[in-house]
Amino acid sequence: MADEQKPGGSEAPSPPGGEGPKPPAKPAADAAKPAPPKPAAAPPKPPAVMAAVAWDSELASAVKQRFGDGVLATSTYLGQDFFVAKLEAAIPLLEYLKREADFDYLVDITAVDWPKRAERFDLVYIVYSFARNQRVRIKTQLAEGAEATTATGVHLTANWLEREVFDMFGIRFAGHPDLRRILMPEDWQGHPLRKDYGILQQDQRWVQENLEIESGQ
Amino acid sequence: MPDTFLDSTELVLNMGPQHPSTHGVLRVILKLDGEKVLGTDCVIGYLHRGVEKIAENRTYAQFNPYVDRMDYVAAISNGLGYCLAVEKLLNVEAPPRAQAVRVILTELNRIASHLVWLGTHALDIGAITPLFYCFREREEALKIFEQYCGARLTTHAFRIGGLQYETYDHFERDVAEFCKMFLPKVDEYEELLTNNRIWLGRLKGIGILTADECKEYGVTGPMLRAAGVKWDLRKAQPYSGYEKYDFEIPTRVNGDTYDRYIVRMQEMRQSVRIMEQAVEAIPAGPILGKVGKVLKPPVGEAYVSIEAPKGELGYYVVSDGTTQPYRVRVRPPSYINLQALDKMVRGALVADVVAVIGTLDIVLGEVDR
Repeated sequence: MADEQKPGGSEAPSPPGGEGPKPPAKPAADAAKPAPPKPAAAPPKPPAVMAAVAWDSELASAVKQRFGDGVLATSTYLGQDFFVAKLEAAIPLLEYLKREADFDYLVDITAVDWPKRAERFDLVYIVYSFARNQRVRIKTQLAEGAEATTATGVHLTANWLEREVFDMFGIRFAGHPDLRRILMPEDWQGHPLRKDYGILQQDQRWVQENLEIESGQ
Repeated sequence: MPDTFLDSTELVLNMGPQHPSTHGVLRVILKLDGEKVLGTDCVIGYLHRGVEKIAENRTYAQFNPYVDRMDYVAAISNGLGYCLAVEKLLNVEAPPRAQAVRVILTELNRIASHLVWLGTHALDIGAITPLFYCFREREEALKIFEQYCGARLTTHAFRIGGLQYETYDHFERDVAEFCKMFLPKVDEYEELLTNNRIWLGRLKGIGILTADECKEYGVTGPMLRAAGVKWDLRKAQPYSGYEKYDFEIPTRVNGDTYDRYIVRMQEMRQSVRIMEQAVEAIPAGPILGKVGKVLKPPVGEAYVSIEAPKGELGYYVVSDGTTQPYRVRVRPPSYINLQALDKMVRGALVADVVAVIGTLDIVLGEVDR
């Protein structure tokens, strides 16, 4: 890059890419040297947790009142509101939101894997209300081997969404009418979106038996 | 009904994944009584490339081109959704000039996507001519993409924070000319199809999905609007400056295949309307907002969705404060709309399954990801 050949101090004519110097994080001294291997006195790190703030609204307090300890927090981050619920409260909350608060459209169900945490998975439900034009999330945690409850009794669309979560993360949903893999082959071993599943990893036995090649890579 | 020799036994028939009307590699297992459909089971995943896994192993900017490969006939919409999601996490906004160009290109892509839908849908039904008409006009749209960024299909047109490229010299003129040229062509397609007896016979009353059923199945986009729900994310939760443009949300009431056809035809006209307004007044200024070369969103998560040609396309992005996304979840409209196939074809005939797959407007690249 052209910038790096310059002796230094030429921060001002930044390329038309429009990258401005980040004011708080980077002290101006950095710009003078091309590539200093000197991370000493690192700038204050951004907090390692999401800087969510409490979410106060009619809906949030109604839900808190109704579910008590079942709802651990009502928060908002970047203007997006979410409930943090206990696993057993997630489906009743989903049902409550649908029947009492018009959240009649289940947008998505997905999961996030945090292998170092005791309760390994985040299970995330996103719901939307046409009447309120509002979108909220329900977040809940569950441990490896724990079973979630199916949402198919509340929203039909949960069927394929939960199948995908099962396929990709191995989270089982009690009461699901048809909990099979959906994107991966049915007899595939492993759940690809878990963090301990490598990017190049594959089910060698399946590949050899079904594709009759040594390796898919 | 009394037993007669005309009674048939149940038959399980495999349709696809190489069937021409499944628009890619969709396999539908049909349970039939004679020609009547008793039930279906979709087998998908043939195009699964693990896009969400790839995202976790690339930087935010590196993953940007991959999203184009999901709904590849509407690559620009995919890119817009992803860029908006990361911009939300970074808390930056694209400058006004970039937003206007984004709107123009996205609407142009919506037209291109609807043209692929119309051509192939009509072809499935047995009308061969519209395919050639549609691809003729789509070519003009693709030429604009090509001039703008060098690619026709998987464009990677946008960059997180704004645009990849400044517009070329006669961009405004080309878009304005396209708009002028295109409106009479929509009339031309409608002349061929809208009152055509065979078209009506094959589409009216087929694959009905009511408004309540749409919500229950999470079905969005033109399918929801054809059932009478006036809902479009461009109006409901505007992004990229859509609130500045004057356009309507076309709706119909019956929610059948014919209504979905009418809604999509109207949508193409509305897209032209938006483009005409946007191209008149592209503001001057920078095309890229204040984003660093290394993108490092703070720890957090965001769900951002846009109105893609097929429905609500959402990105749920989780950041752990590093240069690579911790998790990217794509909420693919095709995948979720396809789930309603079973509901739509139960009790119908095999030929209707072909019509319904066409009207679902799925792209298997997006279904399987």
